[in-house]
Amino acid sequence: MILQIKNQCISEQLQSQVLRAIDEQMSLNIVAGNSKRFLGRSVQAKCRVLDISAHCGIIEYNPCELVLTARAGTPLKEVEKILAENGQMLPFEPPHFAGGATLGGAIASGLSGPRRPYAGSARDLVLGCKLLNGRGEILRFGGQVMKNVAGYDVSRLMVGAYGTLGVLLEISLKVLPRPVVSTTYCHECKPEAAIRFMNDLLRRALPVDGACYYKGQCYVRISGSQQAVTTASNDIPGEALSYQSHFWQNLRDHQLSFFQTNTSLWRISCKPATAPIKIKGIAAVNDWLLDWGGAQRWLVGDIEAGRVRDPVLSQGGHTTCFRGIKNNVDVFQPLSQPMLTLQQRLKKSFDPLGLFNPGRMYAAL
Amino acid sequence: MTNAEQRRQFIKELGLLLPFDALLTEVEEMRPYECDGLSVYRRLPMAVALPDQVEQVQAIMRLCHEYKVPVVARGAGTGLSGGALPLENGLLLSLAKFNRILNIDPANAQATVEPGVRNLAITEAAKPYNLYYAPDPSSQIACTIGGNVAENSGGVHCLKYGLTVHNVLQVKIITIEGELMTLGSETLDSPGYDLLALITGSEGMLGIFIEIIVKLLPIPERAQVVLAAFDDVEKAGEAVGAIIAEGIIPAGLEMMDKLAIQAAEDFVHAGYPRDAAAILLCELDGSNAEVSEQIMTVRDVLKKQGATEVRTAKDEAERQRFWKGRKSAFPAVGRLAPDYYCMDGTIPRYQLPIVLKRINDLSAEYGLPVANVFHAGDGNLHPLILYDANKPGELEKTEAFGSKILEFCVAVGGTITGEHGVGMEKIDQMCVQFQSAELSQFHAVKEAFDPERLLNPGKAVPTLQRCAEFGAMHVHHGQLKYPELERF
Repeated sequence: MILQIKNQCISEQLQSQVLRAIDEQMSLNIVAGNSKRFLGRSVQAKCRVLDISAHCGIIEYNPCELVLTARAGTPLKEVEKILAENGQMLPFEPPHFAGGATLGGAIASGLSGPRRPYAGSARDLVLGCKLLNGRGEILRFGGQVMKNVAGYDVSRLMVGAYGTLGVLLEISLKVLPRPVVSTTYCHECKPEAAIRFMNDLLRRALPVDGACYYKGQCYVRISGSQQAVTTASNDIPGEALSYQSHFWQNLRDHQLSFFQTNTSLWRISCKPATAPIKIKGIAAVNDWLLDWGGAQRWLVGDIEAGRVRDPVLSQGGHTTCFRGIKNNVDVFQPLSQPMLTLQQRLKKSFDPLGLFNPGRMYAAL
Repeated sequence: MTNAEQRRQFIKELGLLLPFDALLTEVEEMRPYECDGLSVYRRLPMAVALPDQVEQVQAIMRLCHEYKVPVVARGAGTGLSGGALPLENGLLLSLAKFNRILNIDPANAQATVEPGVRNLAITEAAKPYNLYYAPDPSSQIACTIGGNVAENSGGVHCLKYGLTVHNVLQVKIITIEGELMTLGSETLDSPGYDLLALITGSEGMLGIFIEIIVKLLPIPERAQVVLAAFDDVEKAGEAVGAIIAEGIIPAGLEMMDKLAIQAAEDFVHAGYPRDAAAILLCELDGSNAEVSEQIMTVRDVLKKQGATEVRTAKDEAERQRFWKGRKSAFPAVGRLAPDYYCMDGTIPRYQLPIVLKRINDLSAEYGLPVANVFHAGDGNLHPLILYDANKPGELEKTEAFGSKILEFCVAVGGTITGEHGVGMEKIDQMCVQFQSAELSQFHAVKEAFDPERLLNPGKAVPTLQRCAEFGAMHVHHGQLKYPELERF
């Protein structure tokens, strides 16, 4: 069974807009749902908007193949709905934030939700894509099969490139069955104990697919068959959380009260077992939220960038000023000069005139 | 490198960078390096370097860059696509001496290793911590992790645990200019473009791997395998989809056809039913409770799909025997004919019946028997064409047959290579899979890392000229779009 549903292809119009931009040397600001407008640097001022939201629809979805192909402007909600109807899901739980998020935006930003350490990231699940490069050419990379090593893995390179390498037109993703049962347990503990506990889980063959520490409580989600969840629950301490709490969805979309702040929000990516990072002026428990079993940490507070970045860097991690940028700090972790040079060369190979989302990631890209 | 004098000068300077026994230039001592696992292609390099220090590799790369000498990197040489085939005017850089496991970090479930470490050695070293390294190409006793990253190697457990690209966190590379760079990080992502994804599977075209950090997983509490026999290959193919439709992702899901079954049975006595048209091996792993539940479901599905026999391995010894048959399928088939040629296409699974039929038709047309071994879960097909290289013209016939299979894989929405890489072997089929603008984009990517095209040149991505000669490129009136833009 191959399912064909309502869709709209405007790739030719998008291509002619890019060709016109090449002729006029006019930069393009690629948008669709605009749900991640707050994220990244502002695109340079003199830019024309390239709206891809009308390029939408699921092109092919065959549940038995575990692969879905859709146009970049397809709302995530629509993708998730059709998957749910077939007992499947996007394993990487992409955030929707305030709503309106599209598949293209999810891939371009490369963000993944709470299940990421256990089921893979957006980039892990991308199998192929069709894109428009800065020469106005429509190109296809990867495909609709799980194993494919023909040519460089350009599809995965697009993930997290914030549209600076090309305009995503279509994306093929690996999807997975939804677990039959999912239960969350939460118990009170200190951050040190939570980090130890969440990392012990990594070395035990338990069906964990979410681990988070928030306001003094450690939350662990276990999912799988009824038997598997029942048996595993003997190993997870604490009280079962009510289904109605929508805890993981609220965590994914930054709807928990922790995120409702006017101060800066920092994202810290570190080795999961990294001990609590001490920063002067930041409360050890209440200003932090630890997700991904400790590998992704959120920090709220208006502090000077260096005071967040230096201690994280010394532990082998990196930082993003996710929301509420103050004083013109770099949004993403600054790159070393040789790395930046290489990335500039790569950008040029896709977008020689520098048309796509200039400056959204780094001033030089 | 233009003349003999320069060549002598290059070798002399190379000798100053390495201990006496780490530089080979005599034909007899270079002979073991003349081919990789695809031995139909053989060529001697200008020299073989066997460094064991990072600084030596950096200095070698600087020297090659200065003299414009191409470099082909090599691990254990088990690759099946000629990716490590030397170049006559090039240096063969063996990373085999970088064979130390530098660190196992159980707290973060990761291991830091040198590129020459064998795949299986990582799992062995992680075992005391109840951890293992998931990707398991069938050459895992011998193949190196550096080669695995270069080829983005797979194995029988890809459907559930992913390819190499899903299990590597960070690599350190040495660029053609001799710079040491870190791609990826010890965390779950890294800032900027995902160069780690790009370089995984890049077949030695973008940089030389010098250190690799891999992700480790907990050893499952239990693994169990179910064997099912079918009197029809098509039914076996449909059963694969039916298992997945039940919401089960098996750790491994393998299929073999009659010729492969019989060859394996004769070779290792795995206990396979000799008269079956196809068998499926379905491995389930996870917690004890989960595996018990899934075995029941899988057995039901297989029976419903018309399996003539369904057997669950009764103990670990039988499970190992079932797998032994599959893992020795290649050498087993090797006993049926003087030579065999292993193909590596991937197809959307639902296309299996039509692809198998096409392979059968081609087999009759070319008069060459084929045994099919199939990573059924993820659509990766390994038809093994039996032939005799000593019969004049038979290798050429086999290659033509193989090309037809790969082109058909592309036509049904698949790819020419699932896990063995393009290398030298499938370079012409790249012209079938990709349009000229896509190939140009690949060349442009390479140029960003290696502007002078000194890293493994001529492999993996064909030039547009080569494709034009191969006759598969669609160039309208000899003109490419946008002639003013630079092409590589």
